[in-house]
Amino acid sequence: MAKTQLKEHHIELGWCKGCGICVHFCPKKVLEMDDQDKAYAARPEDCICCRMCELRCPDLAVEVICESPNKKKAAAKTMEAANE
Amino acid sequence: MASKDFIRKRFFPHIWCPGCGHGIILNGLVRAVENLGLDRKNIVMVSGIGCSARISGYVDFHSLHTLHGRALAFATGVKLSKPELDVIVPMGDGDALAIGGNHFIHAARRNIEMTAIVMNNRIYGMTGGQFSPLSGYGTMGTTVPYGNIDHDFDVVDLSLSAGATFVARTTTYHVHEMIDLLTKAISHKGFSVLEVLTQCPTYFGRRNRIGDAVQMMETYKTGTTRIGSKKKQENPELIERGIFAQKELPEYCREYDSIIEKAKRK
Amino acid sequence: MNKTIRFMQGNEVCAEAAIYAGVNFFAGYPITPSTEIAESLALRLPESGGKFIQMEDEISSMCAIVGASLTGNKAMTATSGPGFSLMQEALGYAIMAEIPCVIVNVMRGGPSTGLPTQVGQGDVYQTRYGTHGDHAIITLTASNHADIFRMTIEAFNFAETYRTPVILLLDEVTGHLREKIEIPEPGKIPLVKRLRTAVKAGVDYHPYLPREDGRLPMSDFGDVHRYNVTGLYHDMWGFPTTNPPVVYGLIRHLVDKIENNTPRITRFRKYYTKDADTLFISYGASARSTLHLVENRRKRGENVGLLELQTLWPFPAEIVRDACSKVSLVIVVEMNMGQIAKEVKLAVNNPENVFLANRIDGELITPTDLRNTLRVIQGKGV
Repeated sequence: MAKTQLKEHHIELGWCKGCGICVHFCPKKVLEMDDQDKAYAARPEDCICCRMCELRCPDLAVEVICESPNKKKAAAKTMEAANE
Repeated sequence: MASKDFIRKRFFPHIWCPGCGHGIILNGLVRAVENLGLDRKNIVMVSGIGCSARISGYVDFHSLHTLHGRALAFATGVKLSKPELDVIVPMGDGDALAIGGNHFIHAARRNIEMTAIVMNNRIYGMTGGQFSPLSGYGTMGTTVPYGNIDHDFDVVDLSLSAGATFVARTTTYHVHEMIDLLTKAISHKGFSVLEVLTQCPTYFGRRNRIGDAVQMMETYKTGTTRIGSKKKQENPELIERGIFAQKELPEYCREYDSIIEKAKRK
Repeated sequence: MNKTIRFMQGNEVCAEAAIYAGVNFFAGYPITPSTEIAESLALRLPESGGKFIQMEDEISSMCAIVGASLTGNKAMTATSGPGFSLMQEALGYAIMAEIPCVIVNVMRGGPSTGLPTQVGQGDVYQTRYGTHGDHAIITLTASNHADIFRMTIEAFNFAETYRTPVILLLDEVTGHLREKIEIPEPGKIPLVKRLRTAVKAGVDYHPYLPREDGRLPMSDFGDVHRYNVTGLYHDMWGFPTTNPPVVYGLIRHLVDKIENNTPRITRFRKYYTKDADTLFISYGASARSTLHLVENRRKRGENVGLLELQTLWPFPAEIVRDACSKVSLVIVVEMNMGQIAKEVKLAVNNPENVFLANRIDGELITPTDLRNTLRVIQGKGV
């Protein structure tokens, strides 16, 4: 089965308090803190969409938006059906 | 419905300190409610006083922010008077087990269907770091400047003895487990207790030299284990996580319905 | 017409009246001399689908009725002095969060455990000032079974009208006394229903925004409007605030909604007051003895009268001032050290004419006690 792919890390900067939990526990070290002490995705290409950062964020500031290729295909099929 | 639809976004960022575990519990809670597909208008969240209690202001349910220690007593009135509501009662450790200890054991004894979440950070945070009944012997707090000589409760043992029919423990590190246990606790037909070990980096972590939020969560990773694991046999110091009790016993509101039947037949 | 005439205790009358008023939730804890109210409702409530719960203490009992009121129920508890002390915290919560509910305090001798099985009227100030912070409260009382019935219903009606807890202050004698009562036909005494919001789903509902008439329509927990309830100072949505104008507005609202309606809340009875030269003021069991004495003295041609107060708080100062304006002697009869006597002195133009006749030994004050006091005041000796 094809892997889920990252679309983007949406980080609500106004909500992030810079605790660093997401950075520390990311298994692929995707995230880092910027000079304002806000989290950002420094290496998004390494993200495996495990969402641990999102689930552990105490500020509810992180959202990992992913796409599964299957869903993409499914969506394409729906589009086709709609077009017909 | 997405999990973010269950929070009152206009109050964010929330009042909790950076790294406070209470936010992780809120995060898990809205996901559990999302998983269960519950209707917001059927959920009542009742909380007491303290850092933990502020959680009720952030969820877009009916919310009842009450008095210190009394959340379960208010919740009992809500539930018994309208049993079709899902009642969730998050409490701090001092809130649930010091000032609210009596209400806690009696709600458990009645087996009234509601979910008690003990957000155990082992300290009074709102008032600035005093020891709680769950701080434990030898810990430091502002009211135990020479070290704590009070012994702590085991929330799980206490809940089991008091008659809770669902008893579980997890931590803010184990988020998938937390969501799973919250889901099970909320759907349980009886009084359920979920203890969540949650970090207070500002007061407990600093005063007890454990470190920041990240380091505190590391201790949850290394200091806990699943119930009955081999690791526990090797190291009895480890705190067990998982479901300690899950049983079906007559639930209070349903029992009362049969009282009504009896009274009407009279 | 079939009259329902019963012979029962005052506490049982209170329970029957609560059923008449539509109570459907009771939470309480056993305590002398109020327990019969709980016992009666444990029996009666489930017959009509209502709920009774014996809680672990009076603290939780008071909390539980607040929770039950929020789901749309008429809720009550009953207790006595020590239990009422434990309820003060949640009573303040109900005042702040504007939760309609009824608390019955059947007074015994105090302070502390005091005289559990004997009479006293020492909790008058506690009902007014027992919980912390500035606030207003409604306290009602009664001296006989017909009035206990009426005042219990008034308590529920005022609770719903003003969205506030109401205290019904009975005493051991009226609570335990057995006498005849005619239970009114259903519908004879008007009942105030919960005022619910007409705001539809999806439209902003403000649980704490008073209408022009000062009333605040409620929405039940479980209905479409999800809002917050807190004991903190709060805005019109129920969310905590420390904004000074909002804080000021709320405390003014909480006090004004009751104090400004004092004439509407005041209930009293006057006996032989028109031509009275000596006026007794009393309430509860004391008023029974006083009425007995007054009727006795009238037969002897003495111009004595009785003003029996049924609303103690907000204190009906105007009624009292007016009733005292034409008399040369005022004697307040109560079983405490002069709690209402102090209020009467504050209310009247000539406080030097106000005397206290009391008993504080756990025994009911008798007509003989009053006769003796009257003679002493009149300089006739005992």
